[in-house]
Amino acid sequence: MSKVLLCAKNLGVKRSNRWLIKDVDLSLEAGQITTVIGPNGAGKSTLVRSLLNLIKPTCGDINAMKGLLIGYMPQKLKLEDTLPLTVSRFLDLGRHKQHQLSPQLWHNLLHECRAEKLLERPMHQLSGGETQRVLLLRAVLRKPHLLVLDEPVQGVDVTGQVSLYNLIGQIRDILGCGILMVSHDLHLVMAATDQVICLNQHICCSGHPEQVSQDPAFTDLFGPQGAGNLALYNHQHNHHHTSHGDIIAGQHHKDCDHG
Amino acid sequence: MADFLLWAWFGGIMIAAIAGPLGSFMVWRRMAYFGDTLAHAALLGVALGLLLHINISLAVVLVCLLLALLLSTLMHKRIIATDTLLGILSHASLSLGLVALSIFDHQTIDLMGFLFGDLLAIGQQDLMWIALACCVVLIILIWVWKPLLSITVNEELAQVEGINVAWMRTLLMLMVAVVIAVAMKVVGVLLITSLLIIPAAAARRLSNSPEQMALLASLLGMLSVTGGLALSWFYDTPAGPSVVLIASSLFFLLFSFPRFLRAS
Repeated sequence: MSKVLLCAKNLGVKRSNRWLIKDVDLSLEAGQITTVIGPNGAGKSTLVRSLLNLIKPTCGDINAMKGLLIGYMPQKLKLEDTLPLTVSRFLDLGRHKQHQLSPQLWHNLLHECRAEKLLERPMHQLSGGETQRVLLLRAVLRKPHLLVLDEPVQGVDVTGQVSLYNLIGQIRDILGCGILMVSHDLHLVMAATDQVICLNQHICCSGHPEQVSQDPAFTDLFGPQGAGNLALYNHQHNHHHTSHGDIIAGQHHKDCDHG
Repeated sequence: MADFLLWAWFGGIMIAAIAGPLGSFMVWRRMAYFGDTLAHAALLGVALGLLLHINISLAVVLVCLLLALLLSTLMHKRIIATDTLLGILSHASLSLGLVALSIFDHQTIDLMGFLFGDLLAIGQQDLMWIALACCVVLIILIWVWKPLLSITVNEELAQVEGINVAWMRTLLMLMVAVVIAVAMKVVGVLLITSLLIIPAAAARRLSNSPEQMALLASLLGMLSVTGGLALSWFYDTPAGPSVVLIASSLFFLLFSFPRFLRAS
């Protein structure tokens, strides 16, 4: 069942004499959720953008399955105020002639995303959370083999984050697609993930969430406090953190010693 | 009424029709300054056409196309901020055009006509050029409407979805170049951009979809051409500036429209 959708070997991106990412190997499989975590400036977006072929890597190979269809949810959507566009028109732009969700499934997803009432609204009047849900819908609209989500929960409150992650898990189950997700927020993401890649220019550690949280490189990267919080979360799945900002802020960690 | 007035009106209407959708894209993609740069280069095209004894319209189209390609390459390389680059090239080409034109005898060329347009001097041959250019651009626009809209909303999303963004961007620039080259007759190189931008900006207030805005911009443009020509006929004002003045008045009128009449 686990079909390799996209794999990268020895990937490196260098801009103005500085390696943004280096020596990255990864492989994305159908039905798996892979999460890339790392501090700000770790090269998470660079990695995603080079996998999407939006920027040219300086070195390394990227091999994609033949006919791979990707659904992409960018970090932000900057829309010109001068462009009158309703949500349904925006979604239409992402439609693929052959590759489409069944109407039944589409209605379910619309319902899950609480987007039925948004369809006739102008795009630039949506709130942050509504925009994220519409972007997610546009990404799944073409029934992709691989879903790439760059910080999907940005600007969404904590309760909204939990339900959005649940939704992403559901989409994986329904479509059987692979998911690559970027996050700098540790604890919420971990529960729903099969594979974690901890990035700080290079891959510090990777593997199953529990395995990664034990890794000394992980503690180095996020500091004992951040890592501890993650462990806490693993023990108490049902509790909602309200102070998640504290976990990442201020943790001025050392760089990995092999960096 | 005189024949030349009818030709002028025909030419203006065709330009306004195509300027609606194209100008909307320029507004959405913030290309106003880009349009100015191309328009100024059109003057260089005129000089070149006169120097090489080739058809002036053809020379203008060629120079605009070349500059559009050059600009898209330079913008891609990001040597310097885009607006600075446009500022340099826009005025460099305008000055080069003016200097080159000064070689010619003042009697043989009508500099004011090139700068501000000479709508009432449109002949049958000009009309044919305009019609041809407008038809070609209209067909291409309809053909690539969806991908073009897609890259306008978000280029990265469009690229991941399989649209050739660089090619679409270049195609749009080329279309703008062609329309500018033929519209030069109507309002002149200094005012062309306004004919593209103002009706589209005025239409924004009343539209709920991109198509509505494009169509409405065309209608407002046609209204401006008609009103401008009337103004010029009855009060003996210069035609090109009159058209632009009517368009601007429409914009301000719609801008101060009561809120409940507006679209969202």
